[in-house]
Amino acid sequence: MASNLIKVFVPSDTTARSLGADAVAAAIEAAAAERAAAVEIVRNGSRGLYWLEPMVEVDVDGVRHAYGPVSPNDVGSLFDAAFLDGKPHELALGATEQIPFLSRQDRLTCARLGVIDPLSIDDYRAHDGYQGLSRAVELSGREIVDAVTESGLRGRGGAAFPTGIKWNTVLGAAGDQKYVVCNADEGDSGTFVDRMIMESDPYVLIEGMTIAGLAVGATQGYVYIRAEYPQAIKTMRQAIEHARSAGFLGEKILGGKRGFELEVREAAGAYICGEETSLLESLEGKRGMVRYRPPLPAIKGLFGAPTVVNNVVSLSSVPIILAKGASFYKDFGVGRSRGTLTVQLAGNIKQGGLVEIAFGHSLRELLEDFGGGTATGRPMRAVQSGGPLGAYVHPSQFDTALDYEAFAGIGAMVGHGGIVVFDDTVDMAQQARFAMEFCALESCGKCTPCRIGAVRGVEVIDKITNGENADDNLALLRDLCDTMVSGSLCALGGMAPFPVLSVMNHYSEDLKARN
Amino acid sequence: MEPSSSKSPLNADDERAIKDICHAKQDVPGGLLPILHDIQRSLGYVPAAAVPIIAEYLNLSRADVHGVISFYHFYRTSPPGQKTLYICRAEACQAMGSRELEVHAQQKLGVDYHGTTKDGTLSLEPVYCLGNCACSPAVMLDETVYGRVTPGRLDEILG
Repeated sequence: MASNLIKVFVPSDTTARSLGADAVAAAIEAAAAERAAAVEIVRNGSRGLYWLEPMVEVDVDGVRHAYGPVSPNDVGSLFDAAFLDGKPHELALGATEQIPFLSRQDRLTCARLGVIDPLSIDDYRAHDGYQGLSRAVELSGREIVDAVTESGLRGRGGAAFPTGIKWNTVLGAAGDQKYVVCNADEGDSGTFVDRMIMESDPYVLIEGMTIAGLAVGATQGYVYIRAEYPQAIKTMRQAIEHARSAGFLGEKILGGKRGFELEVREAAGAYICGEETSLLESLEGKRGMVRYRPPLPAIKGLFGAPTVVNNVVSLSSVPIILAKGASFYKDFGVGRSRGTLTVQLAGNIKQGGLVEIAFGHSLRELLEDFGGGTATGRPMRAVQSGGPLGAYVHPSQFDTALDYEAFAGIGAMVGHGGIVVFDDTVDMAQQARFAMEFCALESCGKCTPCRIGAVRGVEVIDKITNGENADDNLALLRDLCDTMVSGSLCALGGMAPFPVLSVMNHYSEDLKARN
Repeated sequence: MEPSSSKSPLNADDERAIKDICHAKQDVPGGLLPILHDIQRSLGYVPAAAVPIIAEYLNLSRADVHGVISFYHFYRTSPPGQKTLYICRAEACQAMGSRELEVHAQQKLGVDYHGTTKDGTLSLEPVYCLGNCACSPAVMLDETVYGRVTPGRLDEILG
């Protein structure tokens, strides 16, 4: 590649494209041709500063300068203002790395997001990629598992189970065939970091899964990606092909003795398949019915074999743990929540996007300092954290620290790090009803509290808002929630009542008869 | 009622396509979902008449195959319109006006969710999260996602 070309980066991730990034790239290409400007357009992933997308960056003497949000109509004036030299323009944001939203983060797992060309292995390696795997091939499975355990990494999908302990069980389990399964069925509203990693830095997930395979003695991996993410599916499939061609997947990883293969499987629109045993059933080609536990998937998982099931972020955090050491990772965070959390600011938020930050910052800091308040400019009334099964957090609780235990202490959930903001126009009774409606729609039907309880939950909430025996029905609703929490087989029925209970506890004024 | 395809026999091309897909993937571990995806990509839906063929190739009962098709929201059992519009109904989009957006879409198109316009150009489907939650509300037209979709913007997208 001729080095005298000026690199212009135009993001290609789903969100940037949903805001017109492809048209911006085309406009830059056309304008450059017209002006005979020597530019090379790189379609990078997104940095996750989504309110600034499409955010165009220009490499000026090795420093990237950002402009955004750019529309095709702005392209002419950007050229006129000499944006290729990093000159001022009304959309200029300065050096990208100095934008406070980004400079205040701790980008470990997501260090390369938006920086590199997602499918370029050379780019990946030039930015510390495959250093973790290079270390791992020199270690025994036991040593890799010990490093992950020592790092304090806990499952980032939501359950927060220690990753190293899970891997240790699979390592110790007897079996000729073992599997590594990546749960990329990111169904929680308000979450998108799995999608971002797969679209913007797919090799980090491939590397993490390969290390997991080496650690536990698994030779086959599956990435189970939701059908709603067509671009992530496509990018992952291409990346797996490239990695195989380059010797990072296949029979002899990096020329060593151990092998690992990887395949993408498309999900089919069932939220329950984000639950790990349901996901395994689905991978086996069946209805996504939740399994009883025990046996744990680590002992008897996919096709009855010992299986590691981890979320995208968990697996993608493994390479840096191996590359920089467990203590490096562990030094971030507080208490039993070590490392970084990938917070996703969503819904009615002025500055939405990805914030990867050490555990321990307050929710308020995320909402105000990073998020900048609501998009509508109205007061915040509620925040749902941890997806559709997470409680609504009241503004009086915004000073709670973002760590697993502190959130559990207020009956809320960090989960997968999704934070959905609502302003004061929200009708919380409607949100409570939706929680039950969604559970009814997505229940696998195996256990009664979830299958029947969710339907009854919708009916009871309707009675309350219709003014039918409100007090009795409120008592009944609480009773129903207790039954679902205590009696459901998995987290869907067991946690869908949490948003409902939080509405009853903090927004009872909304649970009254409508005119 | 939708024009029923369930009873209708397959034409020769469709039957050939289904058999080719089954043949290619019958030995894939857990291959039923990949087969259903391929059939839906090829035909736009999974016809009921495909069920016995799939069952035979995979040595499953027809009930097993039907059970899987009916479990997953993504599989269609009737032909879709020329394009499919998915509107996100999940919380982040609710916080930014998706409830108004879906009412607008249903009124404009004259169909409810899971319906297809009379002229056969567009099917309307709900979806629960497109992962575009920082730029809500979101819709997807076939495989193209759009963010911050107001009713007016939706009209533009649909042309």
